[in-house]
Amino acid sequence: MHSEAAIREPLILGHKTYHDITNDIVGPIENKAPRGWYILITISALIAAYGTGCILYLISKGIGVWGLNKTVDWAWDITNFVWWVGIGHAGTLISAVLLLFRQKWRMAINRSAEAMTIFAVIMAATFPGIHMGRIWMGYWVLPLPNQFGSLWVNFNSPLLWDVFAISTYFSVSLVFWYIGLIPDFATIRDKVTKPGMKKVYGLLSFGWTGNAKAWTRFEEVSLVLAGIATPLVFSVHSVVSMDFATSIIPGWHTTIFPPYFVSGAVFSGFAMVQTLLLVLRKVMHMEAYITKKHVEYMNIVIIVTGSIVGVAYITELFISWYSGVEYESYAFINRATGPYWWAYWSMMTCNVISPQLFWSKKLRTNLAFTFFMSIIVNIGMWCWP
Amino acid sequence: MANKVIYAVYEDPELLKDGARKLVSNGIKVKDVFSPFPVHGIDPIIGITRTRLGIAAFMFGITGTCLALLGIWYFNIFDWPMNIGGKPSQALYKNLPAFIPVTFEFTVLCAAHGMSITYLIRNKTLPGMPARNPDPRTTDDKFIIEVRTHENHGHSAEAITDLLRTTQVFEINERQY
Repeated sequence: MHSEAAIREPLILGHKTYHDITNDIVGPIENKAPRGWYILITISALIAAYGTGCILYLISKGIGVWGLNKTVDWAWDITNFVWWVGIGHAGTLISAVLLLFRQKWRMAINRSAEAMTIFAVIMAATFPGIHMGRIWMGYWVLPLPNQFGSLWVNFNSPLLWDVFAISTYFSVSLVFWYIGLIPDFATIRDKVTKPGMKKVYGLLSFGWTGNAKAWTRFEEVSLVLAGIATPLVFSVHSVVSMDFATSIIPGWHTTIFPPYFVSGAVFSGFAMVQTLLLVLRKVMHMEAYITKKHVEYMNIVIIVTGSIVGVAYITELFISWYSGVEYESYAFINRATGPYWWAYWSMMTCNVISPQLFWSKKLRTNLAFTFFMSIIVNIGMWCWP
Repeated sequence: MANKVIYAVYEDPELLKDGARKLVSNGIKVKDVFSPFPVHGIDPIIGITRTRLGIAAFMFGITGTCLALLGIWYFNIFDWPMNIGGKPSQALYKNLPAFIPVTFEFTVLCAAHGMSITYLIRNKTLPGMPARNPDPRTTDDKFIIEVRTHENHGHSAEAITDLLRTTQVFEINERQY
């Protein structure tokens, strides 16, 4: 039975039956992957191998290879860390916040966005890890009994809050993702014919039956996880912002940071979802499932969060002048006109001005333009930290 | 008479609900319903009670809050109070604002993991469990009602099947057990 709303565009195109949907989604797993997938995975693997090589070089030589020449500052890694944590937020926003708001369109993209979140958080955690220099001492960030008497970690410090925030965020995102994946794995298990695949998906699906009580529990777990993942996701980037805001460095020592970082995170995260999904849509032929409507909705989120970020930038500028603190004023004037003026102005152009183009329906439903803009936003957000 | 399991296969959740309603109103007990996605509104028809997983999550959360506060108190107040950056660790209640973020994160950690583990155990969905759905199509596009004759003594298997045929059923399968 197929029903469609009279006033809304359908979320799945092409009048698909339930069976068609299963075939389309499981198809790429059952059959040989398209050629485009091999090309993209090769490019990604090469970049990942290069990155791993750089990390090994860094660990063997020390963090001076970044050009870092003092012990109290960070370098590229703090930028990368903040950027990647921010990217991760979109997945949780789509899977948790949009679930609470009953936004059905999230269904087409939530699992892939959550997967992006998990990898983004792994990337984020890599940078403080390698910044330690001696990465094998990484366990020192945990409150473990140790060889120095009982010298515990400092729970008054935002850096420790971050350890708890990021690790909780990672493990809760992983659980949320996997709980949702179990019924999907069961569908694959019952669909595939090759015995090896049947065994693997049988193991991954944990013996899911899909009976009524299991679905009731599934929905309750999803709702409660969404309910607790929502404050969690807001807390994570708030805590990241407090790494900066609780310091006494001019330009950072401001109370606006938590909401400003969270909206920036959602902004950049949605841009990354667009970058990845527009490629996936094309390569895996998912045009019927990731429609222009999905892209448009995500672009609307980008306008809203981009505008919040814009207001935050302007508020920061205003407060630096209004506070009358000369160090604050200097920090901002130096940002805009000093040696890093190019980073400041590319950030302003990419994050504040360019998302406003999405007010035009023609532009926000144009896929090529959306892809271009998603790259621009990601560049802008990288210049930000 | 041998005990029989009757599986009524439907092609749509709404048709399945109509079928289940008809069975229940004729005094037939529905053993279970299998579907590829949640069928909203089926629970009150076949008499499934609300899950208490939300309460479990709350309990796990509260446990997390207590453990976090106890741990922080022990590490930073009792065992080794440090004074770093002019921020002394004096007493739990005096330093509480600084301890809120970790307490909150640990509460969420315990609530989420505790609830998820309870969910997996209660559903018997654990690594290595065999698939127990009666028909592989229930994870694709078919919706199945399961009725057992030994739970419905007043009704013969034929009577139940005849009643099911009056609904918009796709197919009816019977198995001995």
